[in-house]
Amino acid sequence: MDLVVLSIIILGGIGIVSALMLFLTAKKFAVKENPKIAEIEELLPGANCGGCGRSGCHDFAVACACAKSLEGLHCPSSSAETMARIASIVGLAKVAPTTPKVAVLHCNGTCANRPKKSDYDGPKSCHIEHSLYLGARGCAYGCLGGGDCVSACKFGAMVLNPIKGIVEIDDEKCVGCGACVEMCPRKLIELRNKGPRGMRVYVACANKDKGALAMKECSVSCIGCGKCVKECPHGAITLDDNLAYIDYAKCKLCKKCVPVCPRNAIIAVNFPVKKTTIVENKEQ
Amino acid sequence: MLRTFIKGGIHIPENKITAGAPIVDVPAPREVVVTFSQHIGAIAVCCVKVGDQVKRGQLIAKANGVVSANVHTPISGKVKSIGKWKTAFGYPCDTVTIVASDEDVAFDAEYQPEARTDEEVAALTPDEIKDIVAEAGVVGLGGAAFPTKVKLTPPADSHAEVLIINGAECEPYLTNDHALMLACADEIIEGVQYIMRATGVKKAIIGIENNKKDAISILKRKLKGNKSIKVQSLLTKYPQGGEKQLIKAITGKEVPVGGLPISVGVIVQNVATAYAIYRAVRLREPLISRIITVTGKSVANPGNFRVYIGTQLKKVIEAAGGIPEDTGKIIIGGPMMGRAIVSVDTPTIKGVSGILFINETESRRVEEEPCIRCGACVRDCPMGLEPYLLMPLTENNELEQLEEHGVRNCIECGCCAYVCPSHRPLLDFIRLGKTKVNEMIRKKR
Repeated sequence: MDLVVLSIIILGGIGIVSALMLFLTAKKFAVKENPKIAEIEELLPGANCGGCGRSGCHDFAVACACAKSLEGLHCPSSSAETMARIASIVGLAKVAPTTPKVAVLHCNGTCANRPKKSDYDGPKSCHIEHSLYLGARGCAYGCLGGGDCVSACKFGAMVLNPIKGIVEIDDEKCVGCGACVEMCPRKLIELRNKGPRGMRVYVACANKDKGALAMKECSVSCIGCGKCVKECPHGAITLDDNLAYIDYAKCKLCKKCVPVCPRNAIIAVNFPVKKTTIVENKEQ
Repeated sequence: MLRTFIKGGIHIPENKITAGAPIVDVPAPREVVVTFSQHIGAIAVCCVKVGDQVKRGQLIAKANGVVSANVHTPISGKVKSIGKWKTAFGYPCDTVTIVASDEDVAFDAEYQPEARTDEEVAALTPDEIKDIVAEAGVVGLGGAAFPTKVKLTPPADSHAEVLIINGAECEPYLTNDHALMLACADEIIEGVQYIMRATGVKKAIIGIENNKKDAISILKRKLKGNKSIKVQSLLTKYPQGGEKQLIKAITGKEVPVGGLPISVGVIVQNVATAYAIYRAVRLREPLISRIITVTGKSVANPGNFRVYIGTQLKKVIEAAGGIPEDTGKIIIGGPMMGRAIVSVDTPTIKGVSGILFINETESRRVEEEPCIRCGACVRDCPMGLEPYLLMPLTENNELEQLEEHGVRNCIECGCCAYVCPSHRPLLDFIRLGKTKVNEMIRKKR
């Protein structure tokens, strides 16, 4: 019995002494951190995506807490509401929210549009495949479907569709941080304005070859015919290196370019479905 | 004991099917496609127009800067078009297409530029020789296609003592250098002498692996009594043809990390380059043809072919009996460092040393398994790197650490991936890591 009591006393004593030492050390060597930093960090998504241009969420929180103005400090992954709350924490005027951006893939070279021409059995990495050759499904400009952007996305917005063989971007999940843009070895992903109700029109092709060559590669390639450039009433479309590009800042979402494209390379997404199109589909 | 390098290296089944086969000429085609970027460095600038009549050996694209090379037309004819063409790997490149008429073919049959006489050759100064080499668009024909003039012009503060001529040909299957040494030993020796004169080097050593005994004995016989040029036979070991490995094997000197051979007083040139220099200096002929080995286990008539640059690959393949039915991969270069191609409609370029057909079963990659930390890759890396470590560092994008572990020293020989019992794609990732690190360093500057 004595032994048990003695053990408890000795061990308890050691515990109390150690706790005291820890307490004193913690007091003496305490690092004083701006409490706002922790508060801000709490609000941030914690994905460390780097979309704000800093190394991570903590870094961004530090920058916000120390900043004299919030100009230039913007977390693309957070809502305007969150940014307003951060502004109120640091006691600075909130900056007008930037237009939300979303990543789009400038390629529609699915397995159906661009059949497989060779086998690639190397490591599953776009960068490696890109450095070796043009890719299993032809087209030296198109999506390789290796999924480098999928692994770069911290929000699960990029999905590799095994049937289509290209990457699909989920509007709802994409926060427009731009991690995938950096990752793509062929620079196929662009951040574009999300548009009202997510409506946007873009050229889903990056092929800069001349028409005849581009036509051979893929059934939905841009051949640089320039019909869309002529059709656009707002001067939003330019033709460079046999490739059309729609400037999202000028595009008024009139969709006039979509039907004139002989290659169906221009894609309009999230537009409300009109009755006529439903009829057309039925006829097909 | 035969000399070789110490660190790492492996012995691979040689499969030199075409060893000892004579050089067969592939006739000049009626239409050639010549690309402007056949070398390392800046793309040459086109200097002909569509519709121009050009003569064999005429300059069609001029070197753009110091690290670049001239490009000449291999046939006489009319410039049909200038534009993009797909390389064998599918990427677009700038090319010029030249088509020959009947008169042009007749002209080419007679074509023989006036060779320099002994007196004329003797009167050439080192700088004149270098200019002739640059004019002729000679590049390193070992595979990397680095402009030769740059290699012949070492920096002013360095001093070249030894010239090493690379006849190692350590890649399995390839025999183009071997065939050249057998057929044109005299010309190679003359080319070596020109290089020695151009660089002011007093001693040259031709390094040949001892699986080419006939080439060694021919060159030794021809060089009997010659005090300045020696032949050194080497133990057969891959990658002996690597510049740094060859220097270590022959001179025992080690090129410092990140340094060039000239830092230990050595200049290295390939035997085929020496031969091209001979043709440029003596025959006034620019680099418009080269020897290519077409080989593979099921190829009907494998052999060594003299091919005009710009000839479509399929024409060369036809000369060897066409594409075998069981082909899984067609590789340009050797099996270790070569690259698989997607099209045979593309033209030959200066850097193509071989066309290799690997059959379906051998060409498949074996499924990758986890690293078992056996250390085989470390043991066999000729540069003393740790490939097992470099691969995950690349996967995790740890660029600073990659640089610290010397990824930039990798010579991409592929020994690590070859010996890996888990079949890990080590080289693929290390090469990627190397590119990323180089990019990072460029950005920092």
